Amino acid sequence: MAYSKKVLEHYENPQNVGTLDANKQEVGTGLVGAPECGDVMRLQIEVDPETKVIRDARFKTFGCGSAIASSSVATEWLKGKTIDEALTIDNMDIVEELALPPVKIHCSVLAEDAIKAAINDYRKKNGMPELQLDEKIVH
Amino acid sequence: MLKLPIYLDNSATTPVDPRVVDTMVPYFYEHFGNAASRSHPFGWQAEDAVDQARERVAKLVNASDKEIILTSGATESDNLAIKGVFDMYGKKGNHIVTVTTEHKAVLDTCKHLEKLGAQITYLKTDNEGNIDLNELESVVTDKTILVSVMYANNEIGTIAPIRQIADIAHKKGSLLFTDATQAAGKISIDVERDGIDLMAFSAHKMYGPKGVGALYVRRKNPRVKVTAQMDGGGHERGMRSGTLNVPGIVGFGKAAELAMLEMDADAARLSVMRDRLENALMQMEEAYVNGNRKSRLPHITNISFKYVEGEGLMMAFNQNIAVSSGSACTSASLEPSYVLKALGLGDDLAHSSIRFSLGRFNTDEQVDYTIEAVTKAVNKLREMSPLWEMFKQGIDLSTIEWAEH
Repeated sequence: MAYSKKVLEHYENPQNVGTLDANKQEVGTGLVGAPECGDVMRLQIEVDPETKVIRDARFKTFGCGSAIASSSVATEWLKGKTIDEALTIDNMDIVEELALPPVKIHCSVLAEDAIKAAINDYRKKNGMPELQLDEKIVH
Repeated sequence: MLKLPIYLDNSATTPVDPRVVDTMVPYFYEHFGNAASRSHPFGWQAEDAVDQARERVAKLVNASDKEIILTSGATESDNLAIKGVFDMYGKKGNHIVTVTTEHKAVLDTCKHLEKLGAQITYLKTDNEGNIDLNELESVVTDKTILVSVMYANNEIGTIAPIRQIADIAHKKGSLLFTDATQAAGKISIDVERDGIDLMAFSAHKMYGPKGVGALYVRRKNPRVKVTAQMDGGGHERGMRSGTLNVPGIVGFGKAAELAMLEMDADAARLSVMRDRLENALMQMEEAYVNGNRKSRLPHITNISFKYVEGEGLMMAFNQNIAVSSGSACTSASLEPSYVLKALGLGDDLAHSSIRFSLGRFNTDEQVDYTIEAVTKAVNKLREMSPLWEMFKQGIDLSTIEWAEH
């Protein structure tokens, strides 16, 4: 299977690989997937406490090239958005951006879930009610 | 100058040896005849060529030419052997013994027969891919008509003790079938020494063309018969109808002849090369060789690089190096290799495996390049892997509650 140019670009030069201090008040961490399924995504956001704007976003991903590219795109899109705006990122946007084939759609779903998990972690830490999220992943 | 891409996927298929191609070409052009045409020189020439090729193929495994049924490849041979025996020996019994690490062509054929009333025992292996001979002995009964164990495994290269397995099968009057697709032409096979009754193998794994293979069917002690699975002109002594693929068969014959002459030298050279590749890659932390390192094909190594995912890893170098991954993420199934899972490897290790399979045309320079590229890729992906970070922090991954999906 050939990868799209966009996937290759992100795979070769992934944006925002790294780790934020998960103990910090302004950092939210989302860890989704499982080693048994062949993909694990950890996505972290650092949020401005006043404006709720995401100042920084980092990821580490165990998975195929499409999973790595999906995480990279997600972190790029998160920066500069408020945590409410960030919730509007839909997995299908990632699918479109990276031209993912049907067998790789789950990678984008994982990225969306990671975003939501990170935001929820931040909300919980900062005394905000957790969001009820639809379980998107169905394998 | 090193030419890219490098081909290290010789267990999938081998390049055709130019000496093989040369022998095939005339059989597309001037000697295009149908080997079954008995009434003119075109047919006679084709038949002579097939006879000579059949002899060469037979000789490679110490069989007689009359024991070689030419087919379209090992998948067809597997089907013909297993279904053919089931149909032919139904009076004796309906029990077949095989192993969970067999090729799909064997496993799915057995599953098909289960629906038709066959009783199949699937033996498990240990974590190196070896079956327990005592267990085999305990499951073979008077109703067992076939024991089907591959000569060497396609993913990990583990070689089975075929002679001992054959003896166990024969004690209860069962036949022994072996899928020798990966082993034939690579290591010495002798149907007499090994006690083999039926054996599948193919040309394209031994530097011959695709689309041609053989089923060895023993003629003496005992005389084995299989029921044809295709109706037609009764070619191949009634066991396999269909016009013979003359150029392919001629190529198969030449490939077998070359294998016979060069197998030992190839194996000696490739095992040194393979060991060098393996040892260099094993310098990395948390790298594990899958399979039985003592009884293994000389040209295969299967390594799991823990905490990186196989497909993601391959992507770093698969423009330049052709290998295959035990992680079948490229297919729709998302399942890791069933062979590696059958060895009891956790899904995480199974998802992290790469098979390197060397061949006659690989060079030391290519191995050097591969060592460097793979090491670099593993390190790069581990830097990106949350699992590697956790491992480095001393976090036990099994204590984490994963959101399995």
